[in-house]
Amino acid sequence: MKSRHTFGERVSRIEDDALLTGRGRFVDDIALPGMTEAAFLRSPYAHAAIRRIDVTAALALPGVIAVLTLDDLRPYLTTDKLAVGMPSPSYRLEVDRPILASTEVTYVGEPIAVVIATSRYIAEDALNLIALDADPLEVVADCREALKPGAPRAHRALPHNLVAEFDITYGQVDAAFAAAKTVLREKFWQHRGAGQSMEGRGILARFDESERLLTLWNSTQTPNVGQRLLADLLGLEETEVRVIAPDIGGGFGPKLVFYCEEVVIAAAAMIVKAPVKWIEDRREHFMSTTQERDQYWDVEIAVDDDARVLGIRGSLLHDHGAYTARGVNIPYNSALTVPLAYNVPNYRMDVKLALTNKVPVTPIRGAGQPQGCFVMERLLDRVAQKLNLDRAEVRRRNLVRADQMPCTKEIKLRGGTFVVLDSGDYPASQQAALDAGGWSGFAERQKAARAQGRHIGIGVANYVEGTGRGPFEPVRVRVSASGKILVASSATAMGQGTKTMLAQVVAEQFGGEIDNVVVTTGDTSAMSSGFGGFNSRQAVMAGSSAHSAAMTVRAKAIQAASHLLEAAPEDLEIVGSRIQVVGSDRFISLGDVSRALAGIAGYRLPGDMEPGLEATAQVIVHDMAFSSGSAVAEVEVDVETGEVRVKNLVLSHDCGRMINPTLVDGQVIGGVAHGLGNALFEWMGYDSNAQPITTNFGEYLLITATEMPAIKILHSESPSPLNALGVKGVGESGVIPIAAVIVSAVENALEGLNVRLAHCPISPMDVLKAIADVRKAPSES
Amino acid sequence: MKPPPFKYYDPTAQNEVVGLLSSLENLKLLAGGQSLLPMLNMRFVLPDHVVDLNRVAGLDFVEADAGGGLRIGAMTRQRTLEFSADVAARAPLIREAVLHVGHRQTRNRGTLGGSLSHLDPAAELVTAAVALDAVVALRGPAGLRQLAMSEFMLGYMTPATNPDEMLVSVTFPALPAAHGWGFVEFARRHGDFAIASAAATLVTDAQGRISKVALALGGIGVVPLRMPELETGLLGAVASEALFADHCRACATVEAMDDALVTAGYRQQLAPVMARRALMAALQRSGGGAATQPH
Amino acid sequence: MTGASRRAIKLQVNGKPHAAEVDVRLTLADCLRQEFKLTGTHLGCEHGVCGACTVLLDGQSVRACLMLAVQADGRAVATVEGLAGADGKLNILQQAFKDHHGLQCGFCTPGILMTLTECFADKPDLTEQDIRVALSGNICRCTGYQGIVDAAMDALRKMRSLL
Ligand code: FES
Ligand code: FES
Repeated sequence: MKSRHTFGERVSRIEDDALLTGRGRFVDDIALPGMTEAAFLRSPYAHAAIRRIDVTAALALPGVIAVLTLDDLRPYLTTDKLAVGMPSPSYRLEVDRPILASTEVTYVGEPIAVVIATSRYIAEDALNLIALDADPLEVVADCREALKPGAPRAHRALPHNLVAEFDITYGQVDAAFAAAKTVLREKFWQHRGAGQSMEGRGILARFDESERLLTLWNSTQTPNVGQRLLADLLGLEETEVRVIAPDIGGGFGPKLVFYCEEVVIAAAAMIVKAPVKWIEDRREHFMSTTQERDQYWDVEIAVDDDARVLGIRGSLLHDHGAYTARGVNIPYNSALTVPLAYNVPNYRMDVKLALTNKVPVTPIRGAGQPQGCFVMERLLDRVAQKLNLDRAEVRRRNLVRADQMPCTKEIKLRGGTFVVLDSGDYPASQQAALDAGGWSGFAERQKAARAQGRHIGIGVANYVEGTGRGPFEPVRVRVSASGKILVASSATAMGQGTKTMLAQVVAEQFGGEIDNVVVTTGDTSAMSSGFGGFNSRQAVMAGSSAHSAAMTVRAKAIQAASHLLEAAPEDLEIVGSRIQVVGSDRFISLGDVSRALAGIAGYRLPGDMEPGLEATAQVIVHDMAFSSGSAVAEVEVDVETGEVRVKNLVLSHDCGRMINPTLVDGQVIGGVAHGLGNALFEWMGYDSNAQPITTNFGEYLLITATEMPAIKILHSESPSPLNALGVKGVGESGVIPIAAVIVSAVENALEGLNVRLAHCPISPMDVLKAIADVRKAPSES
Repeated sequence: MKPPPFKYYDPTAQNEVVGLLSSLENLKLLAGGQSLLPMLNMRFVLPDHVVDLNRVAGLDFVEADAGGGLRIGAMTRQRTLEFSADVAARAPLIREAVLHVGHRQTRNRGTLGGSLSHLDPAAELVTAAVALDAVVALRGPAGLRQLAMSEFMLGYMTPATNPDEMLVSVTFPALPAAHGWGFVEFARRHGDFAIASAAATLVTDAQGRISKVALALGGIGVVPLRMPELETGLLGAVASEALFADHCRACATVEAMDDALVTAGYRQQLAPVMARRALMAALQRSGGGAATQPH
Repeated sequence: MTGASRRAIKLQVNGKPHAAEVDVRLTLADCLRQEFKLTGTHLGCEHGVCGACTVLLDGQSVRACLMLAVQADGRAVATVEGLAGADGKLNILQQAFKDHHGLQCGFCTPGILMTLTECFADKPDLTEQDIRVALSGNICRCTGYQGIVDAAMDALRKMRSLL
């Protein structure tokens, strides 16, 4: 038997067997004795003043146990509001969510009361019996209207709707523009819809009075953050709150946010003295789970005659929704992303965040980066069109080069450190994608297709992704007396294969026996600090900690074994679940080493070593690891219907060293699918009264197998110098360049019609309208 | 999203259903349930009584009549239509249309009668029925009555079925064996309701002259629309893409629905395109073509 | 005839008899999950679009969120729990999903497995495009479908080689 490698291998996932046989354990799969079920009364108004909430009739319905409003919860709460916004000096208004709305509702779907009943069926019956008496107020339905003088206010008590403003600036941008011969300006609208994980949010809370322990099974990306907040809000010690994220049916961003429902359901369990379950239904997900929605950009680019970028400046207006549920990070990321992949010597982006009477906005997979990428790539297409150059050539001239790495950008991350692009060869990546995507022969093919009346087009886009948001994520590695390697982390698995990833990193140090590794994630009783899963950070942060802890435990196991086997440490190796003396049949099992280090009362430990065979690591990294890549897409446009079909899509991709290339592919392709949705399908619509108009899967279009092309992925591995494993994150990579590359390809397919597209998603209706608009407009001279 | 409370009945005889229809208020008939159940789950409908037709005898059949037509029971599943050899032979347009209906899981439950009674103007089977001059049979306390699709469709999602009547079968008159057919639709994704669709049948003589033609547009107006003037205009002409393109332009002026997601103008843009493509598909198959393969 | 609010029902689930007394409004999906504790059947939308709740009714795929439990009285239902061997060994399709990374979060997976189970029984000579069409009624937010399609094609090949 030889020690095997697991790091870098395409091993199968340890998560799969249970999920494939129906033995997964999602929140709604857990049933506790005496369990009750909850349904929320949500605002039907985008903005209204509440006069009265009469729950008498609802309470009288058989099967209803309680109907709770904020007044009923107050005795259990230390505060009425969720103050969870990340720090930033740029706020102009403080708009924290109330735990339940009691005087004013500010978006459709805002929770007002909760019914606890013997079943969800009855709880829903009772919702219809609650009398809500409210006076509708003026509505802010569009962030562009929100900042106009005299606009209605999203909250009665606030003086205006400008919730935050800041700029990202470096260089001498106005001087650069003044000197430039070629300046191009364009306005963009970008919309990113909702998260739409297949499993909605869900919570099961139990309060055990005898143990004084609140347990919350919660479909969340951030159980440790939730534990700290619940303890604060309910006036409990952290040790009195346990949050478990069991199997999670997808996250995609919205589940990193802490929601009112979490504390309401927890408090309800204390009040009714029985376990309470709330499973969000799809309509609730559309109306009350955070979204990403709208950004409006007005941007200029200055270039020299060789198409080299001299500067970019402009403004970004961001729809913040009705409350601050996370922070200013999405537009911050957007503005920061624009100049990242390219050499842009001068830059200024003025950013404003406007309140609207809509669900709060927080990150969705990509968190603002796809929008920044879209703006930059659209601008570069405009430069190519203006200077009559190949679009890829314009990019090649401006991409950050391999010889510039590590490349410090004059832009600060939200924590205050400068962006340093750590590694990669962006021009080579673009070239690889162009070659695989058939860029050079495309003009011929396009001509031939056009001769048959078909409109095909090709596009290209480059991107970088900031991954591995610090500062740390703890991992503990322990060898049990049975010889199992127990790994525990606050990392949280939402489907990415996080447990497999951690097992691979750890098993690499323990003989490559992945089946011998047991991973616990998402349980605050297993790891009391840490953050969870977001920002493509877990392979980088938890992976690094797992590696470090595993190395420590391995070294200690070898040292102890060397005492126990009376052999030199250099002569020992770990194979399977044993430590053996190389070239002999002498060995000791890992379990026995663990037992020996557990000690025996009254006896000395082997070699007088420190007791225990375990280590916890919390590797700290502040700089972000930047994944990168290039996409080339080919589309066909039906100019009679406006339909866009994606025929071919190549993504060349570099996320440093890959822990498991199969899982990397899965993340990338999943991201691409999400990106195609953002490019062509997903639109979270609201009418002019801020009433949502896409509240089911027939109206909000998620991409299905028939719209999804086969994707070709090219990997290159530029190890990150920032961590010992050389890894970078990958969870959001695939999504970032897709809207940009698709819109570029659609425009190219319509070459000759002079159609210019400056928004996404583009619907078939939009395509036909764009064609018609050009025909109507007086021809350009 | 759970159904509201109601009382449930699952009769086995048609006259029992008619009896319930005559005696109960605020009742819903449950056929395949692929539209009713979502509406119940979302509590868009709150019936006091739900009468399930799934155990009623004599509603699930495909009958090839002596005259070359088809009579199909109201509770015949869409899947049955998809796989029926009689349907493929006598009304291949129905098979082509049904392949656009939802997904295999919904076709396994969804029924012909349910679709016609729901009368969504974008529903493929309704559009096909309009193109094929289908006749529906309604059973009430006084017995059976027959209605042509044109009489059956009173308005947007409003069939002429009286509160005490149930749809029991649909008759599709015979078409010449050598007729061509085409069903095309534009939907955002495979299996979605059509934003616009067109169904056509076409018979041409040896010289390629059109001797019989039917064209229906779905998803555009409040009910699927026949285009009688357009059809008459085509009779006697030699079929060609140019001819169809020319005549179908008239479809751009039909009255179209405007909703929050799709404008009337867009539907009007699609209408002539769908019409032309359906007629072209029919032309290519006229003289006899093979029915489309089921999924 | 009089209407009922509750009904006693009996059905086969994965070959075993099951019985319960249920509210007539209880959906088949909730009956499987709550009454029979078969939680492998998931609810992703409860309006008949996502396909997560797909089960087989007398061998045919149906949306369990769009059927009442009382409608399944006397019928045979198959769910994801019945796919693996009695010893827990994954069947060919499940194993192919594991081999080809056909699942991430696994929430959509039971419905997809049931759809493909029906589809393979209907017609074993499917092309990749057929598979995509067959899967168009099952939404997956995680995978981008490529791993699913690869797994389905691989399973088909393996099943054919067993014929
Ligand atoms: S839950 Fe049944 S189709 Fe989505
Ligand atoms: S694997 Fe998560 S939805 Fe399909």
